[in-house]
Amino acid sequence: MAVIEVNKDNFKKEVLESEKRVLADFNASWCGPCKMLKPILEEVASNNENIKFVSINIDDEDELAEEYNVSSIPCLVVFDKGNEVKRNVGLISKDDLENMIGEE
Amino acid sequence: MYDIIIVGAGPAGLTAAIYGRRASKKVLVLEAKSYGGQIINTLDIENYPAESHISGFDFATQLYNQAKDLGAEIIFEKVVEIKNEKEKEVITTKNKYLGKTIILATGSENRKLNLEKENDLVGKGISYCATCDGAFYKNKNVAVVGGGNTALEDALYLTDLANKVYLIHRRDEFRGEESTLNLLKMKDNIEFIYNSNVTKLNASEKLESIEVTNKDGSTKKIDVDGLFVAVGRIPENENFAKLINLDNSGYIIAGEDCNTNVPGIFVAGDNRTKEVRQLVTATSDGAIAATSAIKYINNNCNEK
Repeated sequence: MAVIEVNKDNFKKEVLESEKRVLADFNASWCGPCKMLKPILEEVASNNENIKFVSINIDDEDELAEEYNVSSIPCLVVFDKGNEVKRNVGLISKDDLENMIGEE
Repeated sequence: MYDIIIVGAGPAGLTAAIYGRRASKKVLVLEAKSYGGQIINTLDIENYPAESHISGFDFATQLYNQAKDLGAEIIFEKVVEIKNEKEKEVITTKNKYLGKTIILATGSENRKLNLEKENDLVGKGISYCATCDGAFYKNKNVAVVGGGNTALEDALYLTDLANKVYLIHRRDEFRGEESTLNLLKMKDNIEFIYNSNVTKLNASEKLESIEVTNKDGSTKKIDVDGLFVAVGRIPENENFAKLINLDNSGYIIAGEDCNTNVPGIFVAGDNRTKEVRQLVTATSDGAIAATSAIKYINNNCNEK
C-alpha cells in the first residue's frame, strides 16, 4: 500500500477513524534521517496490507506535531482505533520497523 | 567467501568498498540501520575538499550509489560478533559471512547523560542533534550541555531560533573552537553556566525543567523546553572487544595504517584511536584500510 500524505484536514478521517491500524511518519524535507527512512517505509508499506502508512510534514502541519508532542524527527507513531499505541523516535532499520508494526 | 567484509556503511566503510571494488575484490558491506552514518544529520557540509556545499544526505546517497554501482554488495543486518579462526567470520543477527579480511567501520553513537527518564524523553524535550530538532524550539527556552565543538555549534545554531539558550559545561573553559565561542559570546540570548552538570530531568509528559549542580555543591532549577546533549560520542566497538584491542575509551587501537592487533582485520573511521574525527579523515581511513586489506589478501591468500 502506498504512503498517504496527511494534513490537519484529513487527519481525523485517515488516522483517528481508520479501520486499520495506522503508522504515522512525522518528517520534514530538511531532515536527513527522515529522507533515509523514506525508502525503508515505502518498502515495508508495499509489503503490508493490514496497516495504513501516512506521512505528515511537520513544517506544514505544525499543529499536528504540537498536538502529538513531536519534537524530534523522524518520529513514527502507531495508532490503533485513534489511540497511540507505539512510538519510535529516530532512524530505524527495516527489521526494527517490521517488528514495530508486526505485533498485534 | 568474500575478499573484504566491511562492517558499517558510513563514509569510511563505503569509501573502503569503492577502493576494494576498484581492485576487483569481492566486497560485502553490512550495515545495521541505513547507509551514511552520522553525516546524514548534517544539513550542509562546507569543509569537504572541492565540495563547498552539500547536504549530508546527498553526500551519503552519492557515496552509497557510487559503491553500489561499482559492484559492492550492501546488506542491512546488524553485526553482533566477529571470529578469527581458520577463516574470518562475521556474524549478524540473521546470517554468517566468511571473509578473507574484515574492515571495522562502525563509527560511534551519542553519549548519553545517563539520567533517569532520559531515554523516555528523547523526542519529548531531550535531543542529541540541534540541527535536526532545533526547529521545534522556536522562541522557547533551551539548554545545551557539553564543552566541545558540537556543543558550541549547537548553542550557536539555537541562539538564532530559541528565545534563550543556556550552555552548561562541567569545566570553566571550553574545548571547542575559539572562533565559534567568540561568535557565541556576541549573542544576547545566551547564558553560560560553568563548572556545572545536569543532574536531574523534571518532566511529566515532556521535559519541563532541569536541575543543574555546580562543583561547589549548589543546585538550581532551570525551566527549559529542550535539552540538547552534546557530551561526546561512544565508539561502537563493544561487539569486537573479545578479539580486538581497545583503548580505555573503547576506541580500536590503530595508527594511520588502520591495522588492528589481528592480521587481516582493519579499522576505518571514527571508531579508531585518532586525533581528528572528520568526514575527510573517515574517507581517508576507508581508502587506507581497503588498500591494506588488498595487500593482505595478495600476500596471504593465494588460493582462490
